[in-house]
Amino acid sequence: MSAVLENPVGVPTPATRSDGVWSAAARRFRGDRVGVIALLIVAAFLMLVLAAGAGVVARNWQSEIGVPNAPPTFMGAAAKAEQEAIAQPKGPNVDLSAVDPLAPRYKEWAERAAQFKTAEHARADTLPFGADRLGRDVLAKAIKGAEISILVGVSAALLATFIGTVLGSFGGFFGGRVGDVLEWIYNVFTSIPSILLIFAFAAVTGRGVGSVVLILGLTGWTGIYRLVRAEFMKHSVREYVRSAEAIGASSMSRMFRHILPNVSHVVLVQLSIHVVSFIKAEVILSYLGLGVSVDQVSWGTMLAEAQSELILGHWWQLAAATVFMAVFVTAFSLMTDALRDALDPKLRGAE
Amino acid sequence: MLLNVENLRVRFRIGRGHKAVLAPSVGRGDTGVSFQIPENSTVALVGESGSGKSVTAMSILNLLPENAVREGAISFQGRDLLRASADELRSMRGKDIACVFQDPMTSLNPVFTVGQQIVEPLMVHMGMNARQARERALALLNEVGLPDPKRRLDAYPHELSGGQQQRVMIAMAISCEPKLLIADEPTTALDVTIQRQILELLAKLKASHRMSMLFISHDLGVVGEIADRVVVMRQGTVREQGPVADIFSAPKDAYTRALLACRPTLAAPPARLMVIDDHIAGREAENAARVAKPKDPNAPVVLQVRQLNKSFWLRSGVFGRKPFHAVKDVSFDLKRGHTLGIVGESGSGKTTTGLALLRLHEAAGGPMSGEVKFDGRDLLQVPKAQWQPFRRRLQVVFQNPYASLNPRFTIGQTLMEPMTIHGIGENAAAREAKARALLARVGLDDSAWAKYPHEFSGGQRQRIAIARCLTLDPEVLVLDEAVSALDVSVQAQVLNLLKDLQDELGLAYIFISHDLAVVRFIADEVLVMKDGVVVERNGVDALLNNPREEYTRRLLGAVPRGWRMTTPRLTA
Repeated sequence: MSAVLENPVGVPTPATRSDGVWSAAARRFRGDRVGVIALLIVAAFLMLVLAAGAGVVARNWQSEIGVPNAPPTFMGAAAKAEQEAIAQPKGPNVDLSAVDPLAPRYKEWAERAAQFKTAEHARADTLPFGADRLGRDVLAKAIKGAEISILVGVSAALLATFIGTVLGSFGGFFGGRVGDVLEWIYNVFTSIPSILLIFAFAAVTGRGVGSVVLILGLTGWTGIYRLVRAEFMKHSVREYVRSAEAIGASSMSRMFRHILPNVSHVVLVQLSIHVVSFIKAEVILSYLGLGVSVDQVSWGTMLAEAQSELILGHWWQLAAATVFMAVFVTAFSLMTDALRDALDPKLRGAE
Repeated sequence: MLLNVENLRVRFRIGRGHKAVLAPSVGRGDTGVSFQIPENSTVALVGESGSGKSVTAMSILNLLPENAVREGAISFQGRDLLRASADELRSMRGKDIACVFQDPMTSLNPVFTVGQQIVEPLMVHMGMNARQARERALALLNEVGLPDPKRRLDAYPHELSGGQQQRVMIAMAISCEPKLLIADEPTTALDVTIQRQILELLAKLKASHRMSMLFISHDLGVVGEIADRVVVMRQGTVREQGPVADIFSAPKDAYTRALLACRPTLAAPPARLMVIDDHIAGREAENAARVAKPKDPNAPVVLQVRQLNKSFWLRSGVFGRKPFHAVKDVSFDLKRGHTLGIVGESGSGKTTTGLALLRLHEAAGGPMSGEVKFDGRDLLQVPKAQWQPFRRRLQVVFQNPYASLNPRFTIGQTLMEPMTIHGIGENAAAREAKARALLARVGLDDSAWAKYPHEFSGGQRQRIAIARCLTLDPEVLVLDEAVSALDVSVQAQVLNLLKDLQDELGLAYIFISHDLAVVRFIADEVLVMKDGVVVERNGVDALLNNPREEYTRRLLGAVPRGWRMTTPRLTA
């Protein structure tokens, strides 16, 4: 039955230059409306990250342009707090120089101060998305935070996928001693609770974007290793790989020229799944104070700040970071789903 | 009439939305497929892959994919099946009409025991309780001839052989006493000997249960043994139908005649097998006039094998391992331009022998001993570093043409790779010229160059695999069941091609197969293997005319002979 249903038409395929595996996948992807929308959202975020990196937007995220904790514009300015909290003493007026030993120097200081301009620029009472406790624009922070978070997520995922794929292909293809050693390493890594492992690495490497990428990459490769290893074990005994061996192709050629393109859908899907999970992991690390350094901002540090602000009723920083992260992560996950459907060769012909 | 199919047309909706087109699968234009199945009789649908025979059968119970559109009329005992609701159809499936599919390994669920799977339809359709159903299951397994049925009831599918699994599938199919059994290529995935047993079983059950059978096959030889009526299909239409005697003794359609002629027989083989196109073009006489090029009995020996042994390690206990002897003391000589056939059932060690010669087994898998003399060197002693030049001269074609080509390589890349590895040809242009010439030599046109394997049929892919081997100018070619997965008509084309190439290039073949008729056509000398041992070795004519071993006689008896007035028929 399968032989017939593979080509249910029964007509010979036309002799035109036909779709390659990739263009067929692209065609399937285009047919998936949710996937295309998700792809557009992800692309928009990536543009935003590039723009932020190039300094086009959110360059001045550190400048304190609003009053501290300025609320979002649609809420209106916060009511002025009562100024006369301390009651004026009722006694007679006294010459302060009698009690103040510094009084003779005030004049000199005032002259020196007059040489500098200290005019404080006007701080806005409200900002579109509100301000944090220093009066920094939350929107600019969220955009700048996107840059760090997405950069960390993507590079850590690339690193983890690279390690997992290389080790997995060696373990699955060679088996035997090589496989045993790699399995042993894998078991050591997975037997330690992941958050403890991350802390241990963080304690050694310190804070900073580079070390967060390193930590997540070095601890996150295990799942990819396992999947790639299984795929390589399956494919290394397939007849097309045997045929390649029979014509004299080397082990490296069989592994990376023959098998890898055939398991690339697994690798790609794992890559995008890990981007999402590493963005979340970076948030947790920064929230716990093990993430990026204090003069940088990421979605995680915003959430960490939001914790203390929330008690005072200043919810906007939390909202901005959450909305940005939720939109990006959801779009990325949906894109991944669509990507997997489009790339899985087993689904071919089911359209 | 039990089943009446009238002007059935099936089309598949391809693409989405307004761009969808309806591609016809069964029926062309307004002419559809019509045939009837009377009570207590076997009707066979015969045709090549893509002829629409399976789609026709699957549309009876609407087991087609969602995108199928059926038109025409199908009535079963007066009920209109095309208009029956999904619930109505479901209650009929298994109860009135049951199916047996081609591949028993994928048709059985691996996580349930055989017993659980047989019991399920009994409880659903027959309303039995668990105890009754189990007893009935035991009786059924007994009836389909499964040895030791009591123990097999609690076995998982992987513990059974392919033939036993197919018996279980048949037991499930007849468990609810269906009136019609649809058998879709039930023996294609099996060895010839097992095929014979399953055919005998089906014929017996059909008679004892008084049911009708719709038997689908690509092989007229098989059909002739079991069917009462034959419907020959090609490209979605019926070419000819009639009683089996008429089809075999007086075929009216050129295509039917071609199908009959293209199967190799055990009788004295022709120099070339008939292929469909020859028949349609009326070139029978031209073919018959060709004589086989005589083989030179004094040709030099290219490969000399002495006492070849190969074992695999089996785990036993916690740390222990013990050897399993897959091949024991195999010896033979292979002469230039000659073909050595290796015949046996699955598990007889024939494939292991072929791969051991090419050292395609992993060294860690188990030890190998003996002597394989090729060009003055013992291949088993050649160190791995010096093995590369020998790779070029010994090549292999595998059984499954769907698996042996890398799906992500274009045909051009596939053909160029071996030459690049071995540095054959002065530059890329010279290599490409050679590869394109070989592509033309195996009968594929130049447009194939940039295509991917999934766009080709099984026969075409096997030709590409052969062309890939030929790019290296090998001296010995191991053909590991190279035509077993192909339709009979395609098989004939590939066999002809192999024979022509041998005449032209003086290749020596080691032809591994379970089908003696195919070996008869191509081989000069035959090794019969059983349980890793060569039980009989002889020239092909001597072996066939005068088999010494009981095992050889059994293999010979299993070859389907088609319909003959003289031979006793299975349906008798």
